[in-house]
Amino acid sequence: MILVFAEQRDGILKKAAKEAVSEGKRLSSKLSVPVAAVVMGKGAAGAVDEVKNFGPDKVFLVESAPLDQYSADGFAEAMANVAKEQGATVILFPATTMGVDVAPRVAAKVKAGLVSDITGLEVADGKLLATKPVYSGKAIATVSFKSDIQMVTLRSNVFPLEENPSSPEVVTVDGSGISPMGIAVSTELKEGGKVELAEAAVVVSGGRGMKGPENFPLIEELAELLGGAVGASRAAVDAGWIDHSHQVGQTGKVVSPTVYIACGISGAIQHIAGMGSSKFIIAINKDEDAPIFNVASLGIVGDLFKVVPALTEELKNLN
Amino acid sequence: MNFLVFVKQVPDTETKIQIAGDGKSIVEEGVNFIVSPYDEIAIEEALLRKEALGGEITVVTMGPNRGEAALRTALAMGCDKAVHLEDDAFLGADSYATAKALAAVVKKYSPDLVFFGKQGVGTDNTQVGQMVAEMAGLGHIGMCVKLEIEGDKVRGEREIEGGRETIEVSLPAVVVAQKGLNEPRYPALRGIMQAKRKPIEKLTVADLGLSADEVGLAGSRTEFASLTLPPAREAGKKLEVEPEVAAKEIVAFLKNEAKAL
Ligand SMILES: Cc1cc2nc3c(=O)[nH]c(=O)nc-3n(C[C@@H](O)[C@H](O)[C@H](O)COP(=O)(O)OP(=O)(O)OC[C@H]3O[C@@H](n4cnc5c(N)ncnc54)[C@H](O)[C@@H]3O)c2cc1C
Ligand SMILES: Cc1cc2nc3c(=O)[nH]c(=O)nc-3n(C[C@H](O)[C@H](O)[C@H](O)COP(=O)(O)OP(=O)(O)OC[C@H]3O[C@@H](n4cnc5c(N)ncnc54)[C@H](O)[C@@H]3O)c2cc1C
Repeated sequence: MILVFAEQRDGILKKAAKEAVSEGKRLSSKLSVPVAAVVMGKGAAGAVDEVKNFGPDKVFLVESAPLDQYSADGFAEAMANVAKEQGATVILFPATTMGVDVAPRVAAKVKAGLVSDITGLEVADGKLLATKPVYSGKAIATVSFKSDIQMVTLRSNVFPLEENPSSPEVVTVDGSGISPMGIAVSTELKEGGKVELAEAAVVVSGGRGMKGPENFPLIEELAELLGGAVGASRAAVDAGWIDHSHQVGQTGKVVSPTVYIACGISGAIQHIAGMGSSKFIIAINKDEDAPIFNVASLGIVGDLFKVVPALTEELKNLN
Repeated sequence: MNFLVFVKQVPDTETKIQIAGDGKSIVEEGVNFIVSPYDEIAIEEALLRKEALGGEITVVTMGPNRGEAALRTALAMGCDKAVHLEDDAFLGADSYATAKALAAVVKKYSPDLVFFGKQGVGTDNTQVGQMVAEMAGLGHIGMCVKLEIEGDKVRGEREIEGGRETIEVSLPAVVVAQKGLNEPRYPALRGIMQAKRKPIEKLTVADLGLSADEVGLAGSRTEFASLTLPPAREAGKKLEVEPEVAAKEIVAFLKNEAKAL
């Protein structure tokens, strides 16, 4: 069986979880084994109907009290219990902050190989072959498995979301015997409505060329018009113009949107490491020799303080 | 309080990467190796805690002989002693086999607090800290950007999508350091001199009570099948035009090619 950790929070399924279940469904036909989604934690029952849209053969629901608060070890135990009971051979996680926290513990529990943040998944001779960029995107590693159980975490926005409604059996699993060690005692979410950087289909990023924090509203407005999120280079973050949670790159977030718009960013290798797998890259830079143009699908040589407002204007006229 | 810090030696991110003849590894010659940047944050956090609470910091690396340089850097920053897991049997480990060896170190030294970096830069697995916590039976705080120790409890904030969450765990525990936790110090000249006299203990597989097939390549659950150069990203068109024209071009691109409008 293929098991997918279908991350939810308060009954709302994460987009990355939908992608993971979609990929599980595709693998299920390639490997000719059933696929099941596991939803756990407070409100998990509320996410069951949504998860059915992506075609699982079964849904496991773990909603016991010890998992009311997020706990990496508690969630891992619940997941590993289902995996062992069902004899799972493949376990998929979204590479979200939760997936990345929980998956290695599950791997240790079920003695599985785990490949993180993958951008490609294939089947050869009944086993998985996972690909991921390594060394700041300077090489691509293809990783095979020696273990019977094969685990991966899937990079957001890479694996297509595919609706494929099914009527799976919903199995309630008792997790009341779990006693978590690390527990989330509080969660603080910033004001809603903002698109999450790692999940955004469009990312508009600003670098040192933005000149100061007072200019970031320029790209915030552009991002909003495109339904996207705001990113930044390390230079902009280190200068204190924008919070580190927006940093894209080697020591920031890895994003893979449909469109990445780099404004006043030179294109250092450590920055490319975080956005090189974007489908389309648009660069706006006044230096025609900036390395960012080497990876840009569309390059605009010009002053961002003129081009960005003109673009915003043009987009507003569309609506 | 006793602290363990795990550090990995990685190629400098500026380094030119060449794929070796076996098609699975990189050519090490000419590569500048550094302490993984996240591990510097882990070291710094241990130093800050020791300064506040007292105790001793042991820094640990697993790797070939060159790994000693990483330990010297950590000692120069202020760690007290070092352990080098150096044995041919450790070579070629994936995260699982790495964690197996490191968890044995945790069990051997029974520290109060164990620090890891979020990821070994380059391979970027983001697994080893969590795996060691699991194998050693400890709770952990993942991707920690703020840490408080109060009695036998540790509370850490971690970044999540759209916000932060606070994780509480009892000591002994594992903390996985994320950027933002602190600003690592540079080793001072005095520290570098002192580091030369600090002890580095060498441990083999047998010293850890493990067998050779549990670690290294033999104990790995995954294997690099191949390492290839990424497909060159083709640069598209580059335009130097009036802002209004540029804006129209971008909109047309977003509509027709990216289908994002
Ligand atoms: C010949 C060869 C073959 C390899 N084959 C594989 C393979 O098949 N699959 C694979 O995944 N990797 C492979 N690797 C890379 C492997 O050695 C990785 O370094 C290992 O998987 C840990 O990955 P990471 O640093 O990305 O771990 P992460 O999980 O990102 O590391 C997190 C933290 O754990 C600690 N840590 C990690 N490694 C060490 C260490 N050695 N000593 C002390 N602390 C450490 C550090 O604090 C680090 O910040 C191979 C390397 C070589 C040289
Ligand atoms: C270990 C390590 C990790 C790192 N991690 C990261 C990381 O995670 N993310 C990251 O981004 N960097 C990272 N870096 C830093 C990286 O090397 C670069 O220094 C950084 O990306 C540069 O940011 P920038 O492009 O904004 O600034 P610069 O390189 O200074 O480029 C600014 C650009 O703006 C352009 N510009 C200026 N004014 C205008 C204007 N009016 N209109 C249009 N264009 C204009 C300039 O032509 C220039 O190309 C890391 C470095 C190291 C050593």
